[in-house]
Amino acid sequence: MRLRKKVIFKGTALPWLLLLPQLIITGIFFFWPAGQAIYSSFLREDAFGLSREFVGLENFTDVLADPNYLAAGWNTVVFSSAVAITALAAALFLAVQADKAIRGANAYKTLLIWPYAVAPAVAAVLWLFMFHPQIGLFGRFLNGIGIQWDYKVNGNQAMLLVILAAAWKQVSYNFIFFLAGLQSIPRAVLEAAAIDGARPIRRFWTIIFPLLAPTSFFLLVVNIVYAFFDTFGIIHALTQGGPGQSTTTLIYKVYVDGVQNLNFGSSAAQSVILMAIVILLTAVQFRFIEKKVHY
Amino acid sequence: MLRRTIMAGAFALAGLNVAAPAAAQAQTPAAAPAQTEITFWHGLTQPLGGLLEQIATDFNASQTHTRVVASFRGSYPETMVAAIAAFRANQSPHIVQMFEVGTGTMMAAGRAIKPLHELLAETNTTINFQDYLPGVRGYYSLPDGRMMSMPFNSSTSVVFYNKDAFRRANLNPDAFPMTWEGVAQAATALKAAGVACPMTSAWPTWTQVEQFSAIHNIPLATQGNGFDGLNAELRINNPLLVKHMTNLVQWQRDGLFRYGGRDGAADALFPSGECAMIFASSGLRARIQREAQFAWGVAQLPYYEGTTPINSIIGGASFWTMNRGPNATRSAAELRGVAAFFAYIAQPQVAAKWHTDTGFLPVTRTAFEQVRASGFYALPANAGADIPIQQMLRGGGQMTENSMGIRLGGFVEIRTIIQEELERAFQGQQTAEQAMNNAVTRGNVVLRNFERQNRGG
Repeated sequence: MRLRKKVIFKGTALPWLLLLPQLIITGIFFFWPAGQAIYSSFLREDAFGLSREFVGLENFTDVLADPNYLAAGWNTVVFSSAVAITALAAALFLAVQADKAIRGANAYKTLLIWPYAVAPAVAAVLWLFMFHPQIGLFGRFLNGIGIQWDYKVNGNQAMLLVILAAAWKQVSYNFIFFLAGLQSIPRAVLEAAAIDGARPIRRFWTIIFPLLAPTSFFLLVVNIVYAFFDTFGIIHALTQGGPGQSTTTLIYKVYVDGVQNLNFGSSAAQSVILMAIVILLTAVQFRFIEKKVHY
Repeated sequence: MLRRTIMAGAFALAGLNVAAPAAAQAQTPAAAPAQTEITFWHGLTQPLGGLLEQIATDFNASQTHTRVVASFRGSYPETMVAAIAAFRANQSPHIVQMFEVGTGTMMAAGRAIKPLHELLAETNTTINFQDYLPGVRGYYSLPDGRMMSMPFNSSTSVVFYNKDAFRRANLNPDAFPMTWEGVAQAATALKAAGVACPMTSAWPTWTQVEQFSAIHNIPLATQGNGFDGLNAELRINNPLLVKHMTNLVQWQRDGLFRYGGRDGAADALFPSGECAMIFASSGLRARIQREAQFAWGVAQLPYYEGTTPINSIIGGASFWTMNRGPNATRSAAELRGVAAFFAYIAQPQVAAKWHTDTGFLPVTRTAFEQVRASGFYALPANAGADIPIQQMLRGGGQMTENSMGIRLGGFVEIRTIIQEELERAFQGQQTAEQAMNNAVTRGNVVLRNFERQNRGG
């Protein structure tokens, strides 16, 4: 299947010239900020940058010894895995349903894709209006039937709410990819299995699911990256990391310490740790999980 | 092939997440050569922001040498961060509106700021600060009385209560209880009369910890609440405050008090009629007037039996003069322009109009007298609009070091810490006493870091 065509350049000037635009962009937008973050993580300075002090690894030791930081790490694990699993499962279910020959399939698909266009903060406000204990429709309903619903004082309910809001936002994206994956599965294989007497559920688990593996794997990576980095807006608008710090994730803590508390050294150290985690996570995913995926 | 697409897709997405927006850039459109242009960043949303910008427009129309360009830069914390980022990039505004909890950070900002007393002395401008309410003046001055920033929009905390609900519970709607013991009884009566939420509190830290400490004349922190030095330590685990927090947690459990969320989140619970009493900013008045479908009243903050209440402290914001960047100062013309604008807003009629338009305090006594003489408070629609001022002057206006204000570095973070620890207590994860002890421990770490970062600065 794979065709490789090698082009040999004479000399090195032209290849460098051709690579230059990409290298400049990578340098300015990736390596320079990352380098700045690493440099700041060894410093302690006041908000205005008027006095700074080199403190070595002290920012790192302080952060890692902080029980609130470790709790935020645990929150991130719970939050990211719950968001990824919920968003993937819901999207797969919806995609399988939409792939069937149903009336109005196109309208149905379009409606499912809409939420992706909603900005995170707007999504959070929508959920707020549904689940606010006093003004939200569902919030009032839950309190009405005797369930003490108040995510402002109940940490578990707050976590549940941000997971639902964050997962809902990602379902559309997953849905598009799953649907495309489903449509690329050859009909002939499925029909052959049906003729051999395989029931729909068996056909799903033995044919569709394995053939969807590359898509699922890609989506898993994207969903975890999303839950790690892109859910800031939802948490900020819904719970601001509270109550207590029960919905403070690592990325939210970077924001709070850096932007709100103006503690740049600690915030930079946390960013560096986060960067290391993501590099590690991506490496593990591609090295080990990918082996089980058949293209 | 598919694999390459996947990789490219993953990296493209990761790239989108990493690329952070660049720091806000200052706008400096070309000005007429004879006029000095003064940039002014503020953090007031509409309609308040529009009223503030109108003051700048009126000032521009009143003279020809200076043009103040006011622009909205997001919420108070966002404005603060934008100004700091701009300073580091040599682009800071001439004037920035800074909320009161940022005062400690600005005071320690060294050559980033131009202290107000220096500005006025260098430009031969006089503003009579003796005319300012003591609580307003004290919050923004050095211990020796020299002013550091220009006081502007100031509020304080009061109680708003639902008179209809009080009548239903057979309580006197015209006499709000003076003490917390009385408030607890009233809340019990309201609950018995079927009110689902007898009381709540907006700005939990500001109203229940900071204001509480000031009116009970107990220290929030050592070193005169931080006025006398950066080595202050928190004292919020004192017996009276622990008693009050224990009561709040108990009342929450008994259904007498409802924790409505951080900062101003609880504001909405009162005008909607949900909660019968709210401890909130005096600035909530305008919204209640607009939205409430019931009779309501205003009262001074309650105190515990056996204590003598003194003045409450302010919230709100003041105007700071900033240098352009780490190694750039302002020209004489720029300083003159800033001083002229400050002298303009210090006039009683400007302060009085701001007070009657917005519900913020009249910051000077003359402005207060002017408004009173105009019969404003006597109108039924404005009943109780002078309660915040009376409370600011409670105890004869003789402030103690506990009721001057709060001058702690990193106070934005400390407020969040106190709220977090209280939320853990409301969830039943810890007692109120543990919450206060934890807040002291965590808050002191912030104070020590701030002290270390600003040593010599």
